[in-house]
Amino acid sequence: MPSPRYWREVPSRLRLEAARCSGCGKVNYPPRPICPGCRGDQSEPVTLSKTGTIITSTVIHIAPDDFLFEAPYAIAVVETPEKARLMAQVVDCDPSSVGPGMDVSLEFRLIRKEARSGILCYGFKAVPAASWEAQS
Amino acid sequence: MREVAIVAAGMTPFGELWEMSLRQLFAEAALDVITKAGVDHLDAIYVGNMSGGCFVGQEHLGPLMADQIGMAGVPSTRIESACASGGVALRTAFFEVASGASDLVLASGVEKMNDGADVTNVLATAADQELEVYHGITFPGLYAMIARAHMEAHGTTEEDLSWVSVKNHRHGALNPKAQFPREFTLEQVMNSTPVAEPLRLLHCSPVSDGAAAVLLCPLDQATRYTDQPIRILGTGQATSAMALADRKDPTFLDSVQLSGERAFTMAGVGPDDIDVAEVHDCFAISEICCIDALGLVERSQASGAAASGLTALGGRIPVNTSGGLKAKGHPVGATGIAQIIEIFEQLRGESGDRQVSGARLGLAQNMGGSGASSVVHILERI
Repeated sequence: MPSPRYWREVPSRLRLEAARCSGCGKVNYPPRPICPGCRGDQSEPVTLSKTGTIITSTVIHIAPDDFLFEAPYAIAVVETPEKARLMAQVVDCDPSSVGPGMDVSLEFRLIRKEARSGILCYGFKAVPAASWEAQS
Repeated sequence: MREVAIVAAGMTPFGELWEMSLRQLFAEAALDVITKAGVDHLDAIYVGNMSGGCFVGQEHLGPLMADQIGMAGVPSTRIESACASGGVALRTAFFEVASGASDLVLASGVEKMNDGADVTNVLATAADQELEVYHGITFPGLYAMIARAHMEAHGTTEEDLSWVSVKNHRHGALNPKAQFPREFTLEQVMNSTPVAEPLRLLHCSPVSDGAAAVLLCPLDQATRYTDQPIRILGTGQATSAMALADRKDPTFLDSVQLSGERAFTMAGVGPDDIDVAEVHDCFAISEICCIDALGLVERSQASGAAASGLTALGGRIPVNTSGGLKAKGHPVGATGIAQIIEIFEQLRGESGDRQVSGARLGLAQNMGGSGASSVVHILERI
């Protein structure tokens, strides 16, 4: 991955910057010029909360090369309280315990190491929320 | 617009064809069609191909493929729409003939997946690189998430998924062009290696090489080339949000519904009129989602349709009589055309042991990505 490509994504990927549409209120992550909900072009910046609930998930057994040594790992679509959805690995737990409805916190982690460019790629991973662990 | 017919079809077997290159695959299918139709020229060529660049380092397939069949000079264009490339190539060819711009147009698809590329990575280029693939998702993983959401929302079971594979392999066992022309038991499917939970190896279409091609011309010229032309009655295409996280309901493939509605409207028929259908079963869950979104079965029946025999040969609406992507193979760019060929042969009564008797109207639905693209064609026996 060339470094400008990594750098361009920093605001959304590393700071969870999103945009709330001034027309319909939908939170779009990452921000985009036209709201897919109402086609409005006005929005205000919003930062996503570092918590969420799993909408759906899987456990990857056959992984891409960059993640070969991590398999099996859980990955999920997480919805934040702002109703924005994002994809993230779910870690620090048994992958088979991950499923829809699970509450998670989003933590800043190393996502992958790029062999060719040498870039360490960061982002957010989900971990089971303390409240969820207390329940189960 | 002029009415358009398919007058000839040709395809390679699908499989791990180590002795065949990308260009040889295309040439075999294309020359088969040209010979059958007895034509000495083409007005245009469309080549459906997902990723010649990533799979074998070859782009610019339009002129390469035209040249391979002695047609240098003919306008020839590569069409890319991920795994829907073949279906969109057909749609593009359809409009070129319907518009009156051309009379003889070859619609084809080709993919060479077994040549050393990291197939998991290449297929993932059809997902959102920044929002999905970055985090380690794979294509089976995306459909696995759709499957898990489907189980949660609709009570679909691993057994329901497995019956789709059992049924399609029963059909594929009757197809000499299929990559895996053999049956599997429910137990074999349910005990196969996990790929992305809840999907197992035998819920996933294989990695395949292959090519397929059909020849289109105006309906009123069709009898010059065949005594059994098949009319293209409707075409519909639609897109949806690329990333799974951006879909309101991850269990519903709205591009499939929309492309189906557009094709049905154009054709002037409805889902209940369809006698035989090929739908995009890249993973077992996608067949369940597609027959639901197209309206081929009631939503409440979709998950159990394979187990109940509704979508099996002899059932009310046989789906994937070719064996589907699962058993026939899935050379991604060729799949959309291969689906059309199965319907073409069914409507001409040429499907042998897997013939749906009296089939008059057939549907083919081809999908790209995790459902971000869908294209539907409805064909009619004349």
